Amino acid sequence: MSAPATGTTVAAGGEPEGRDSGSALGWARRIVLSTPVLAIGGALVLTTLVMLAVGVDPSLAYPALFRGAVADGNLEYTIAAFVPTLGMALAFAIPLRAGEFNLGGDGQMAIGGVTAAAIALHLPMVAGVAVVLPLAAAALAGGLVAGLSAPLRTRLGIPAIVTTLLISVPAVSLASYLVRFPLGEQGTGIAQTPPLPDAAHLPALAGSSYITLGLPLVVLLTAAWLYADSRTVLGYEIRATGQNRDFARYGGVAVNRLAAVTLAGGGAFAGLVGALIVLGPPYRYVDGALTAPGYTFTAVAAVLLATARPIAVPFAVALLTVLQVGGQGMEREAGVPSQLTQIVQGLIIVIVAVFATVRHLRERRGAGA
Amino acid sequence: MNILEASFLSAVLTAMTPVVLAALGGLICQVAGVFNIALEGQLLWGAFTAVVFSHLTGSAWAGVAGAMIVTLLYAAVLSLASVTFRADPIVVAVGTNLLALGLTAFLMRQIFGSGGTYSSPDLAGLPTIAELGLDVPVLGPQSPLVPLALVLVAAVAWWLRRTRSGLRLRGIGQHQAAAAALGLKVGVYRHGVVLAAGALCGLAGAQLALGNVTLFSEGMSAGRGWVAVVAVMLGGVLPWRVLLACLLFGVAEAVGFRLQGVGLPQQAADSAPYVITLFALILAGVAARRRPKEVS
Repeated sequence: MSAPATGTTVAAGGEPEGRDSGSALGWARRIVLSTPVLAIGGALVLTTLVMLAVGVDPSLAYPALFRGAVADGNLEYTIAAFVPTLGMALAFAIPLRAGEFNLGGDGQMAIGGVTAAAIALHLPMVAGVAVVLPLAAAALAGGLVAGLSAPLRTRLGIPAIVTTLLISVPAVSLASYLVRFPLGEQGTGIAQTPPLPDAAHLPALAGSSYITLGLPLVVLLTAAWLYADSRTVLGYEIRATGQNRDFARYGGVAVNRLAAVTLAGGGAFAGLVGALIVLGPPYRYVDGALTAPGYTFTAVAAVLLATARPIAVPFAVALLTVLQVGGQGMEREAGVPSQLTQIVQGLIIVIVAVFATVRHLRERRGAGA
Repeated sequence: MNILEASFLSAVLTAMTPVVLAALGGLICQVAGVFNIALEGQLLWGAFTAVVFSHLTGSAWAGVAGAMIVTLLYAAVLSLASVTFRADPIVVAVGTNLLALGLTAFLMRQIFGSGGTYSSPDLAGLPTIAELGLDVPVLGPQSPLVPLALVLVAAVAWWLRRTRSGLRLRGIGQHQAAAAALGLKVGVYRHGVVLAAGALCGLAGAQLALGNVTLFSEGMSAGRGWVAVVAVMLGGVLPWRVLLACLLFGVAEAVGFRLQGVGLPQQAADSAPYVITLFALILAGVAARRRPKEVS
């Protein structure tokens, strides 16, 4: 059984710096021809073609999408959806920096959410601790679920992309079972837990009913990750491992330990996201509510779109969240199925993969000449 | 529960056939040194197009042919991106899997007018072998694609082992540079296997949507493409071992389904195939570790 080489071009290698920087024209050229701009542009062109092919009027669909994301009260939804998507982006990005693919975000998130719900429901606690403890326990649970894949990767050579996914399905099923039976609300017939006690509610930010303390928390943690990635020894070792595992090992980096650290770290973020959703409105675990919005793969597309520039991750997440939430508005207003946003995400990933590699090859050829 | 009962064997065959067909596609890619994890999306795409073509033409066989052709074209995205442009096949496959999920759900609403599940008495499913007038035990209630899948496993095994092109394909997988130095067109072979895997996934999807059942529902591949990826990892490049791994999955699914009848929660039955394939993967990995390392 051999582990395939993972993609260093999108993981940590990143885009080469442009050669013709300096002049204003060069800057403009670099931005317009950068992989993310080309990927988004290309994806939108192809999506428009899909719309035209099935008889949807793009001039109605796109404004509806925009209004669905930012107009009226919708901006609040979009910001509320930004929080879990950013959290899931870190769940994918942290292991990816070390060259490991974590596609099991759904399972890690579900286990985190169910852990948080169980603790909030069954441990009577004072205010304050009642929020912090479920969050911490959920992060731990998510980290453990993702961490399972680490020894499989480092000792048995089974790629994390396969094991994280395989573990995710039973994990989601387990959470679904727990929410239906041991933790379920009796007598309603709906697969959900009873409402959590008030003490366990995440405080909402002033003037909002959907945006909770989760927003500043996730933003702070993202800032901490960005700092750790670029300014600490750990971040350096992770990037070195992602770019060239053998070289990093030769240089004295404990590459196997890093695989475990990054996978568990990513899983902890996924678990935390699960808890943030459960401790936020409607303050209970509703079966399917965590995985149905597709945060995990929106986040995967956003991270790949950021082309190995961590600082670009929050912006890519914001953009794809607008698309995702706007897609639902488009469905309401223009009758266009919201799955269109999944199409855009899939196209973005494929185009990014192609452009990042073509650039990489051209750059190497250029350097050799 | 008697596991030698004909109906149980039949359930195992039903469960394993789409996985066998998809895994054969993964296998030939693996032999050529391409790690193909796009099977899940292609299987889903195959199931969808099979139902669409059957719906449009009224013929299940047109559905099968349409699924194979369209899924082959869909696999061309992966083959162009990863072979011609040398993009990372893993990242491209993550994209095409997501794209398949979105496109099928989107087109389903456009073509059939609603999401979720589409089924109709007018939708032509594949005939069973019994309906074709052949009296064969166990295989009677199966579609002809079930024995075809087993024949294809044997055919691929023979092809890889006994033909010139099969040998060359194995050479490319073992040492790409050496194969290229001997004048083999590595790219052509790799395009070929990725596209053939697409056609096989189309066939797998047709069996799933028109053989196992006669309907399409969103995300109905339900991880079978990933199980096929695992089957290839378990079987290495040996078709018979890949078939054995698929059999394990088929037994797990059939047992899980039976146990659901006697009170096992549905969630446990749904997870059984994943848990069992994962354990098989771990056991095989441990066994491989125990074996002394070959000197390379």
